[in-house]
Formats: sequence, C-alpha cells, structure tokens
Amino acid sequence: MMALLDLNGVTKTFGGLTAVGDVSFTVEEGSVVGLIGPNGAGKTTVFNLITGNYVPNSGSILFEGRELSGMATNKIVSSGIARTFQTIRLFQKMSVVENVLAGCHCRMKSGIFSAMLRTPSQRREELAALELAMRELAFVGLAHQAENLAANLSYGNQRLLEIARALATGPKLIILDEPAGGMNPQETDQLVALIAKLKERGITVLLIEHDMSLVMRACEKLVVLEYGIKIAEGKPDAVKTDPRVIEAYLGTD
Amino acid sequence: MMTKKKGLAAIGVLIFATFPLWMKYVRPDDVRYWVDVINNVGLYAILALSLNVILGDAGMYNMGHAAFYAVGAYTGAILNTQLGVPILLALPVAGITAGIFSAIIARPVIHLRGDYLLIVTVGVGEILRIALINDVFGITGGPNGIFGIARPEFFGFKIKRPDHFFYLIWGFAALTLFLFNRLKQSRFGRALDYLREDAVAAEGSGINTDRYRLLAFLLGATWAGMTGSLFAAKMTIISPESFSFWESVVIFMIVILGGSGNMAGVILGTFIVIALPEVFRDFASARMLIFGLAMMVMMVFRTQGLLPPKPRKFNLPKLAEEGE
Repeated sequence: MMALLDLNGVTKTFGGLTAVGDVSFTVEEGSVVGLIGPNGAGKTTVFNLITGNYVPNSGSILFEGRELSGMATNKIVSSGIARTFQTIRLFQKMSVVENVLAGCHCRMKSGIFSAMLRTPSQRREELAALELAMRELAFVGLAHQAENLAANLSYGNQRLLEIARALATGPKLIILDEPAGGMNPQETDQLVALIAKLKERGITVLLIEHDMSLVMRACEKLVVLEYGIKIAEGKPDAVKTDPRVIEAYLGTD
Repeated sequence: MMTKKKGLAAIGVLIFATFPLWMKYVRPDDVRYWVDVINNVGLYAILALSLNVILGDAGMYNMGHAAFYAVGAYTGAILNTQLGVPILLALPVAGITAGIFSAIIARPVIHLRGDYLLIVTVGVGEILRIALINDVFGITGGPNGIFGIARPEFFGFKIKRPDHFFYLIWGFAALTLFLFNRLKQSRFGRALDYLREDAVAAEGSGINTDRYRLLAFLLGATWAGMTGSLFAAKMTIISPESFSFWESVVIFMIVILGGSGNMAGVILGTFIVIALPEVFRDFASARMLIFGLAMMVMMVFRTQGLLPPKPRKFNLPKLAEEGE
C-alpha cells in the first residue's frame, strides 16, 4: 500500500547550515506519527517543507503520490494537508468562529460578483460554512466561545482553535506543531483524547511534540531528528530504548 | 432598540438626501457652491471607499490611487470626446481599463512589504501624471488636458446643475456602500481581513493570498476608474493637475483618519478632510495649520482612526435554533 505522505531524501540548507539533511520517512494513512528531537533539530523546518513555506534543495515530498515541493501553500492545503503553528498564529482581533471560517475558505467557491448580487447559492454556501465552522468548534470543545475574540482565549484553547481552523479545511492529513505547548496536564489529557478522535474520523496525524508522555500515549510511530538528520524511526517503545536517541536527549560522557 | 436605531438612520438619510432642497432656504445666496462642496465630498467618498478595499481591508499601502482615478477619467473623456460615447456608458469601460492598468502595475510588486509597495505606487502615480503632461499617447491633450466632455444624460434627462450631480454622485456612493457592504460580509471580504491580519496564517489556512492581493487592487482601481469618469462628466474638463500626488495623499489620509477598514469611518473621514476646510474658510491661512495639527494629534492618540472597524457579527443563535 502506498503511504499517504512520503518524504524521500529531503534536504534544506540555509546558507552553510544544513537544517534538514537527507531525511526520509513515510506517514501511513490513518496513523498518528510523532516527529521528535532536541531543540533546533529541524522538526519545524520539515513541517515548513511539507506545507510549502520552504522549497527543498533536493529530494521529493509525495502526498497521495503527487509531488508537493514547488506547490503554493494554499494549493497544498486544498489538496488535503492542514497545519497548526508552533507560535500560535490566530487572527487575534477576530472572533473565534471567524477564525474557523478562514479554514472553510478553500472549500467555498463564490466570488466578488455572487457576493455583490447575494445569489441564493452564495447565501447557501455562507450558511453551510458557518454550520461547518460551528461543528468543528464543537468537535474541539469551543462552541460556547464562538463569539469571543480569539485573543481572549486561554493559551490551551488558542491551540484548540488552531486545530478547529485546520479541520475546517477538510484535511486528510493534519500536522500539529507542538499542540500541547502551554497546556496544563488536564488540557494535555484532553488533547490526547482529541487526537484519538481525529484518528477515528479517518484523519491522519503528524505531530511535533516535546511532551514525551503525550508522544508515547498518542503516537503509533516516531521519527527522531537530531541536527537535521534522522537518527531513529519506529514504534515508541523501541525508539525510547534506542541508544542513539537516549544519547541525543541526554548526551554522553 | 434596533428599530429605533434604524429609524434614526432613515431620518438621517432623508435629511441628507434632500440637502439641495432645504439648503436653498438656509443659504439662498450660495446654495450652488455648498451643493458643489457636498458633490466633491461624494466623489472623494467613493474614491476613499475604493482605496479602503486595498488599504483598509487588504492592508496594502497604495499611495498612488490618483493614478487609477486618472486612467478612468481619461478613458471616459477620450471615449466621450473622440468617439461620442455617452459618459455614463463609458463609465464601466473606464472602470475596467483602470482595473486592467492596476493589475499590470500590481502583478510584479504585489509581494512587496508595506513601505516598499508605498514607494512603488507613489512612483507609478508620478510616472502616469508626467506621461499625461507630455501627451505620451498623443490623445491626452498634454498639460491642457481634455475639454468639451459632454454632460451625462439619463434617459433623455440632461444632468448639468449641481443638484442634479448631487443625486448622480451620491446615488453612486450609496450603490458603492451597498455593494461593498455585501462584499465585506462575504468570503471575499473575510479573505482580505485574514490577509491583512496575518498573511502566513491566511495562506496556511488555504487562502490564495497573492490572488486576493491582486483582486483587491483590481476592485479598488476599477471603482476609482469609474469615479474618474464621474469626475470628468462633472467638470467637463480634465487635466493632469487634477491627479497630482497630493490627491493620492488626501485619499490615503481620509482612509487612515476615518478608520481604515470601516466604511462609516471612511465616510466620516471624507467629510472631515474635504468639507470641514470649506466650513472654516474664514480662517483662511490658519486652517491648514489647524488641520495639520489635528492630524498629528490623531496619529499620536488614536492611531486606529476615528471609527475603527468592529468585529463581524454572525447569526449564531439562529443557526443553533435551526440545528436543534
């Protein structure tokens, strides 16, 4: 079976620095995969390469067999990959539901003229988008906050709102950049449950996380990066005992 | 509560719509002058609303809006004087021409960040003005411009007096407000807001930010072009002087002062910037000083403008009812 996402020999350099060097891994459809590694290992760079924010120097990134590198970010999103950001990037001055509507955008069609004429199909589409946005908010448990400003949400809820916005794009693969960052232990527990719910919905998850308890509970497979190089890959239990991984995290004498 | 607000608004609109009728009794000697002032306010209001799409909604610093205004005015004037096309029929053509012009200009520079884009647009405005003075295309009449533009006719009714123009210009302004308000409440309007707030997040949410930047320019310039044609019809004579850098600055100032992104703020800003100096004409030389000072105070204490935009309201309770 073909993997949903297939990175093959991906390299990205910034000047003389190799941020990501010859990294290959696959994400199978319906799985939850964690990308871990010490700070500065190049994890977020890998995410930015997948979502088209950076273009790799070499290597290929295949999504459902289609090459992604060189595609515009918005095209990658509409082809079925949605993401959240490590540093929260919400539209802070807008309401919660309006933030989620941003995700609905790429599944809508109406343009300037139909909006000016307010055609029946445009009105139907707007209503359907609003309903979808509310459903996704309910899914992450933020429906009661819909009319609040995004900036007024707690840190953990802002992370959830980013997930709701990503879900509204109708993704097959969602990539979460440190989703538990700034969450307390209860919120992290809820996040683990939410990731399980995503899997139930048939959405594949790729995530970066430093919270090892979350990674061990939520992920079926781990990929470990250090200095831009993949040093290990496999089931969480196997990776946990891998001497190279222990060395990368704890150092050696 | 809501109906009371609506009633007050309706009364306000009615008072304004009958302005030329009651002004006759308030200022019998110079009623034409005052109606003309309000007509000017109307033209600037439409121009500022069109710039608001680019500057206020999409957040792109365009300090050359007079260029699109000029392209529209000249297109209308040339079509009318050379080919005898009625000016109101030339209006959409002038708009589309200005829109295409803007797309050609904007396409290569759309990626530029705020201040860089501002410098490019200033340059475009100046290049166009100098090209018009030098009669580059051989059809713009050089520094003298184009004269003898026919008055617009509306189903056989010739529009020539200031009070006629009052209804033409403010009618168009009302239509602009109506259509742009609908746009604001649509996918297009939201896309521009997302783009302004955080372009990376907007792109990452699946919005084609380049496309929307270009569309904002296209729409704003098209509207400015149509306003240019109205201006040509009102003046019957246009020259490059009418489209100087100063015009771009004034329109830019209206949007920033009024509250970029909020159409009510833009209208208020137009009245303050265009009509207020006329009211204080008695103070002659001091009025620009006072005006400049007021602008400075504004920029220090209220950078978001007089009436900043409010967050959108969605009809969620109704949605919940339908859902249950």
